[in-house]
Amino acid sequence: MMDFVWLIPALPLLGFLILSLFNKYIPKAASGYIASAMLLGSFIIVLNLLCAAIGGTLPENVAHVEILNWIHAGKLDLSLSFQIDNLSVWFMSIITGVGFLIHVYSISYMHDDEGVTRYFSYLNLFVFSMLLLVMGSNYVVMFMGWEGVGLCSYLLIGFWFKNQAYNDAAKKAFIMNRIGDLGFLLGMLLIYNQFGSLEYSTVFNQAVTIINPNEPSGIIFAITILLFVGAMGKSAQIPLYTWLPDAMAGPTPVSALIHAATMVTAGIYMIARSNVLYSLAPCTLDIIYIIGTSTAILAALIGLTQTDIKKVLAYSTVSQLGFMFMAIGLGGYTAGVFHVTTHAFFKALLFLGAGSVIHAMGGEQDIRKMGGLMKKLPITFFTFIIATLAIAGIPPLAGFFSKDAILALAFEASPIKWGLGVFAALLTTFYMFRMLFLTFFGEFRGTTHQKEHLHESPLLMTIPLMILAALTVFSGFIDVPHVLGGHNWFSHYLAAANIALPEASHIPASTEFLLMGVALTLVVLVILTTYVLYVSKKTMPAASDSELSFLDKLSYNKFYVDEIYDAVIVKPLAFLSDFSSKVLEKLFIDRIVNFTGKSVQWSGKTIRFIQSGDVNIYAIFMVFGIVIILFINLILFLN
Amino acid sequence: MSEYLVLCCILFSLGAFGVLIRRNILVMFMSIELMLNSVNLLLVYFSAIHNDQSGQVFVFFIMAVAAAEITIGLAILVMIFRHIGSIKIDSLKELKW
Repeated sequence: MMDFVWLIPALPLLGFLILSLFNKYIPKAASGYIASAMLLGSFIIVLNLLCAAIGGTLPENVAHVEILNWIHAGKLDLSLSFQIDNLSVWFMSIITGVGFLIHVYSISYMHDDEGVTRYFSYLNLFVFSMLLLVMGSNYVVMFMGWEGVGLCSYLLIGFWFKNQAYNDAAKKAFIMNRIGDLGFLLGMLLIYNQFGSLEYSTVFNQAVTIINPNEPSGIIFAITILLFVGAMGKSAQIPLYTWLPDAMAGPTPVSALIHAATMVTAGIYMIARSNVLYSLAPCTLDIIYIIGTSTAILAALIGLTQTDIKKVLAYSTVSQLGFMFMAIGLGGYTAGVFHVTTHAFFKALLFLGAGSVIHAMGGEQDIRKMGGLMKKLPITFFTFIIATLAIAGIPPLAGFFSKDAILALAFEASPIKWGLGVFAALLTTFYMFRMLFLTFFGEFRGTTHQKEHLHESPLLMTIPLMILAALTVFSGFIDVPHVLGGHNWFSHYLAAANIALPEASHIPASTEFLLMGVALTLVVLVILTTYVLYVSKKTMPAASDSELSFLDKLSYNKFYVDEIYDAVIVKPLAFLSDFSSKVLEKLFIDRIVNFTGKSVQWSGKTIRFIQSGDVNIYAIFMVFGIVIILFINLILFLN
Repeated sequence: MSEYLVLCCILFSLGAFGVLIRRNILVMFMSIELMLNSVNLLLVYFSAIHNDQSGQVFVFFIMAVAAAEITIGLAILVMIFRHIGSIKIDSLKELKW
C-alpha cells in the first residue's frame, strides 16, 4: 500500500491531463465522472494511510518518500519528496474526502454548463496542487502547491470569463495572493540563508538546537512574520482578506471546496507544520493573535448585514479563519487544526446547501427574495440547519468542540481574550441564523415563476449534503476535552506529527463548565433574538442603501475597506502610472530615444560626404590612420 | 648597419607617397610593389644579422604570392580600361554617397 503514495497526487493530475488534453473528445456528461473517479482513487489510498495513522502503524519509511531528486547543486539539495505523517495524512483526508463529495455534487450542479469539462479539469488540478502543498517534505514543494492552488483559484473564480466583474474578482484574488506569496518566498529564502536547507526535518532540528528559546531571535521573528504574510494572503486575513468575498463569483461548489474547506486553510497548515519555528517566536504569535481576532470580529460585523447568501458565507469563512489564527496565536496549533477540520465539514455543507438553494431559485442569490424554502427543499433545509447549529457552537455538533477548545485557550491567556472570542462567536451565530431564517422560514418572497420552479435538488447533490451533515454531527467527538469525559484524542494524534501536545489546562473543571454554560446561554439568547427579529416580527433587510441606519450602512458597505484600499493604494498607483506614462514616458524617455535615433540620422547625413568615391582620399585616410595607431602604440609601449 | 634600415624606410615611404599622389593605376601598382620589396629587403637584412635562414625563405614566399596577386590586379586593370577607356583613378568615382 505504501508504495502507492505517489499515486495520491498523480491521479488528480492524470485526470487534469486527460480532461484538458482531450477536452473536445470527451462527452460533457462523462467528464465529471472521470474527475470524480480519479479523486475516489486518491481518497481510497489516503483512507488506508489514515487508518494506519490512527492505528499508530504508519511505517517509518513512508515518513519521507522521495519521488525525484530535483536540484542538486553545491550546497543546495532539493528533492520532490513527500512527508507522510499524521498531520499531512489528516489534511490529505480532508482534501480528498471533501473534494470527492464536492466533485460528485458538481456533476449535477454543473451538468448544463458548456464549460463543464474545463471546470472539472481545473478542479482536478486544484486537488493535485493542494495535495502537493500538504504532502511536500520541504518548503519548495509546499510553495509549488501554494502557487498551484492560487492559479486554480484564479481560474475557477473567473470560470465564467464572459462576465467582466467575475474576471476582475479573479484578478483581485490573484494579485492579493501574489502579495502574500512574495512574503512566503522571502521567508523561504531567509530560511535557506539561515539553515542552509529547506527540508522540514533539517530546518526544525537546526532551529531547536541553534536558537535559544529564552532569547528573542530577530531572524526567527523575520522568518515567521514573512511566512505569516503568505498565510495572510492565502487564508484571507486582515489586511489581505478582501479577495475572498469577491471570490464568490466562481461556481458555488468551488466556493465550497477552495474558498471554504481547503485552500484557505493552507495558511493554518503551513503554520502548524512550522510550529517549531513559531513556538520560538512568541512575538509573531502575538501578532497572529491580534490579526486573527480582529479579522474574526471585523468579518463577522460585515456579515451581519449582507444580503447575498454567498457573501454572508464568505464573510463567515473569513471570520472562522480568523478564529483559527486566534487559536494559533494562543499557541493552540491542535485547536487550530481541529477547527480547520470541523469548519471544512460544516462550511462545505453550508456552501453546498446554498448552492442547492441557488439551484432551486434559478440563480437568485439575494436572501431578501427567498423565504419559506423549508417545505420545498426539506433535505437541504435539514442539513443546512445542522451546519448552522454547528457553526453557532451548539453541542454536540462539531463546531461546539472546536470553538470551545479555542475559547478555553483564550480564557487561559486572559478573560478579555475569552470575551473577544465569545463576542465573535455571538456575531457568527447572529448572521448565520439571520440567513437561515430569511432563507427557509416565513413566506416566499420571490417571483411566481421562481415559485413554480422550486424543487429539491437531485440525489447527486443531496447525498453529499447528507454525508457532510453526518460528518458535521460526529467529527467533533474526535477531540472531546477532559472536563467532558473525553481524552483529547485528536491532540494525541497530532502530537505524533511533531506538534507539541497542549499543556494540561490549569482552569478548574467548574470554571470550565461555567464558561461553556455562559457561552452557550449567550448563543441561545442570540438565536432567540434572531428568531424574534426575523421570524416573528418579519424584519426585512432594507431594500436600498438609503434606508439603512449609519451603523448598518457601515457594515453593509463592508466598512468601506475596498474603497479605502482603492483610495490609498489603487488610486495613487493609478496616478503614478498615469504620471509615468504621460510625463516620464512622453517627455523624457520618448525624447531620449528619439534623440538617439535622430542624432544617428543626422551624423550619418553629415559624415557621409567623406565618402567621396576618390580612392586616393581613402588611401590617405588609411595611411594616416595607421600612422596614428602606430604612434599611440609607440607612446603606450614607451610608457 | 643601420643604413639598410634607412634605405628600407626611404623605399617604403617612396612607395607610400606614390600610392597616395599618383593618379595612374599602373603607377600605383608599381608603388605598391616598391613598398612590398622594401619590406622584403628588411626581412633579408634581419635574417642576415640574426643568422636565421627562415627570413629569406619567407621572402621567396612573399614574392610568389605577390606575383599571383599582381596578376589579378592587372587583370582588373585591363577590365577597368575596357569599361571606361582610361586607367586614371579619378575616373572611378561612381561609388560614393
